[in-house]
Amino acid sequence: MAHVRVQEAPFDAGREIAALTEGRRDVGAVATFVGLVRDLNDGAAVSRMTLEHYPGMTERALEDICAQAAARWDLLDLRVVHRVGPLAPGDAIVLVAVSSAHRGEAFAACEFVMDYLKTRAPFWKKEVTPAGERWVEARSSDDEAAARWVEGGEGRA
Amino acid sequence: MVTLLYFASLRERVDCAREEVALPPGTPTVATIVETLRARDGRWSEAFAPGLAWRVAVNQSMADLATPLKPGDEVAFFPPVTGG
Repeated sequence: MAHVRVQEAPFDAGREIAALTEGRRDVGAVATFVGLVRDLNDGAAVSRMTLEHYPGMTERALEDICAQAAARWDLLDLRVVHRVGPLAPGDAIVLVAVSSAHRGEAFAACEFVMDYLKTRAPFWKKEVTPAGERWVEARSSDDEAAARWVEGGEGRA
Repeated sequence: MVTLLYFASLRERVDCAREEVALPPGTPTVATIVETLRARDGRWSEAFAPGLAWRVAVNQSMADLATPLKPGDEVAFFPPVTGG
């Protein structure tokens, strides 16, 4: 049921949300998350960034994460759009949109998909700072956020 | 033969994006391949030094050192992911 896309082009969050509700009368809630490029990371100004990924595995990983969310919560549909290639501060990188009958499921599943995407989908960021280019280091706080979902039914530790 | 892929900072360290290597006889695993990579030269032994954070996927699914390999497999090495 999930729709997963990896692309260089910008996305239109409104159109992605519309695609979840078009022609349906059973959707009671749509939760969305949009991640953007900030102009500051780890104390350094960021002027540009490039996102690399592992074509093939990326789509599989995102589809697997969506399938896990769908198995865990009562969802109607999910959409994940992730951009790759060159990006600038202010650009949207990722969109996760989840529809369900009620908001609780949509909120929880949206956060779960983002937490798992951050730690399991093969994307890598390289930033341009005044000191030169640098690969972004993985954060332990992202591992901790993903680990919250492992224990307990609804996942929130 | 198996296909080896390298991504992001790991690709830059070893200056290689993709190569085909012969699979050693016996019951080769990811660990077997990593040992041959470490034996290449300083650049490779540093990139795959024990304790260094890198991940491996076999046929586009997350794997580990004990994952068995067979001819035609795609083995990818990369640093911890930083998307989103």
